[in-house]
Amino acid sequence: MAVTDATAEAAPARGLPPALKPILISIAIAAVVFFLAYLRTGGSGLILTQALVTGLLAGGVYSLVALGLTLIFGVLHIINFATGAFVTLGMYVTYVLSSNLGWNPYLTIVVSVPLLLLLGAVIQRFIINRAMGESHANTLLLTLGIGLLIENSLLLFFSGNPQSVRTEQDRVFNVFGAVATQSRVIAFFGAMLLAVALFIMLQRTPIGTAIRAVAANPTGARLVGINTKRIYVITFALGIACAGAAGTLVSPIVSITPVAGEVFNITAFVIVVLGGLGKVLGALFGGLIVGLAEQFGGILFPDQSNLLGVFIVFVLILFLRPQGLFSSGS
Amino acid sequence: MSETLVQTVPSPMRKRRFFDGNMIAVVVLVVLAFPLPLLLEQGQEAIAIRVLIFAMLGMSWNIMSGFGGMFSFGHAAYFGIGGYTSSILLVNLGISPWIGMVAGMGLAAGYGVIVGWLCFRYKLRGTYFALATFAFAEMLRIIVQSAEVLNASIGWNVPLIQGSSWWLMQFPAGSPNYFWLGLGLMAACLVVTIVFMRSKAGRFTIAIREDETAASSLGVPVLQYKLTAIALSGAIGALAGVFYTQYYLFIDPELGFGAYRSIEAILIPVVGGIGTIWGPIVGSVLLAPLNDITAAILRNPPPFLEFLQGRTGLDVMLYAVLIILVILFLPKGVFGTIKEKVTKR
Repeated sequence: MAVTDATAEAAPARGLPPALKPILISIAIAAVVFFLAYLRTGGSGLILTQALVTGLLAGGVYSLVALGLTLIFGVLHIINFATGAFVTLGMYVTYVLSSNLGWNPYLTIVVSVPLLLLLGAVIQRFIINRAMGESHANTLLLTLGIGLLIENSLLLFFSGNPQSVRTEQDRVFNVFGAVATQSRVIAFFGAMLLAVALFIMLQRTPIGTAIRAVAANPTGARLVGINTKRIYVITFALGIACAGAAGTLVSPIVSITPVAGEVFNITAFVIVVLGGLGKVLGALFGGLIVGLAEQFGGILFPDQSNLLGVFIVFVLILFLRPQGLFSSGS
Repeated sequence: MSETLVQTVPSPMRKRRFFDGNMIAVVVLVVLAFPLPLLLEQGQEAIAIRVLIFAMLGMSWNIMSGFGGMFSFGHAAYFGIGGYTSSILLVNLGISPWIGMVAGMGLAAGYGVIVGWLCFRYKLRGTYFALATFAFAEMLRIIVQSAEVLNASIGWNVPLIQGSSWWLMQFPAGSPNYFWLGLGLMAACLVVTIVFMRSKAGRFTIAIREDETAASSLGVPVLQYKLTAIALSGAIGALAGVFYTQYYLFIDPELGFGAYRSIEAILIPVVGGIGTIWGPIVGSVLLAPLNDITAAILRNPPPFLEFLQGRTGLDVMLYAVLIILVILFLPKGVFGTIKEKVTKR
């Protein structure tokens, strides 16, 4: 996966590679959407700036969740339908620690990430590894079952009442006239920091190299002595931890319910398809695009749910470039 | 064109009588189930009716994804289109749910064909196809949820009538007629499935699932038969939605189009046996009562579960555990595994 990322990144320097055309088209579409939104708001620049700021900030967190999803897909070829449930689990870990023990919500990441790493490893080792190599439908259904199990366990123990994490007065930043609350800014930069850390880990460490090797060629990796089943466990754990960390980061912003992670599930699919399944950089940019699509969808279709814009982007991408915006060839 | 080629191959199956083993089993099932509402208490009859609804929903998914191999993650769309069409026609224009049912089945089939055609036109398969069906179903839910014409998130109540009427498909609560109606509809779906799988279209559908390239090079018009399977699947899904709405007298965007409905449609055949005629029936008999069993446990919990009293979520947890266990240990489903054991012997 990293190999294709590198070419996609280096491509624009070499004249006009095939990957550039769809990017130019998307920029053109984005410009049209921006213009329509401008007309729709009656020429209010402020609303647009606000949508840009909110969209990008939310998109950063989406990127982190999608990164976990795309990592798991790239290596294990599993669509993890439980992603949203793990985000929710991260939220509840933060909720329990901060409301019962008085921890700072952001500090709880030192618990939520290791906990989800462990949980992810256990799930992969004892459940999914048994079904690896069977039909894709089977592994997909397994993750679906795991997601339902987690969400409904949370429902059983915490009930469906929305919970919230207490934070001190939320400071407000002014960005070109638009407002950005401190908690959103922290969530964005926290997510980006973790995403970059994971990216560096994949590129620079022996374990990251092994993960990329298994993604590129499992048989070859096994031949050079890599224990692929162990790599599957590590990768799944890392992917889950991304979701859990995102849950912790957004817990001060959202109202915490057992289905609060669903929206991350949906956006993560969209982002991963947008960025190309298994592409790490694609997930990062895709997250920002989907964050923006959500906000601008809200402006263009004010009576509809914000997700409508996301789904429209999704369907367009599925039909026009199912291999993702950022990859050349299929 | 080369369809004639395929037809000239003598098919031993083609000469089979109408009443083969499967058909006889349907007759036996109906005869055995017929007296049930007279024997069961009212609460148990409600469970039996849920079994029927589950069976229809499961059969619908099974045709498209089990026999057809096109994994659908958006079967809620068909169910919701059915329920919404019949209730809107009934509430706004006073049209009988029977006509609404036909209209809903047509609309759902049309929707399925359009979405399917788009997906195949852009060569989506496997995971991408599943994600696309999911996206379309969710878009429908979102649109319905905010469209005032469709009553937005309020949903539709079926207007109550005095007494019972087969024409309006409504009976007093606890009437055995609901069960018999459902049983009839389910048996009809079952017969249609059996006939379809016996027909040329059904055989082609399986051939396409097994090897699309080979089927197409033998002259099977792949797209046409894929869309046929989707249309049939959509129509049965809509039928389930209409019966659901007429029995519970209510439908809203979440009940009709929610992602959970799509998941239900998948779980039933998976537990029973994907791609088998009887799998969805077995799956629905196993899954439908779970809800009530867990509800009973939570209403009156044993001492060690005291703290769970009055909570929700246990039913779906059991579904989830069941699905995980079935995939790990009986990947062909309950009926599929039994069938395999029997035929091997």
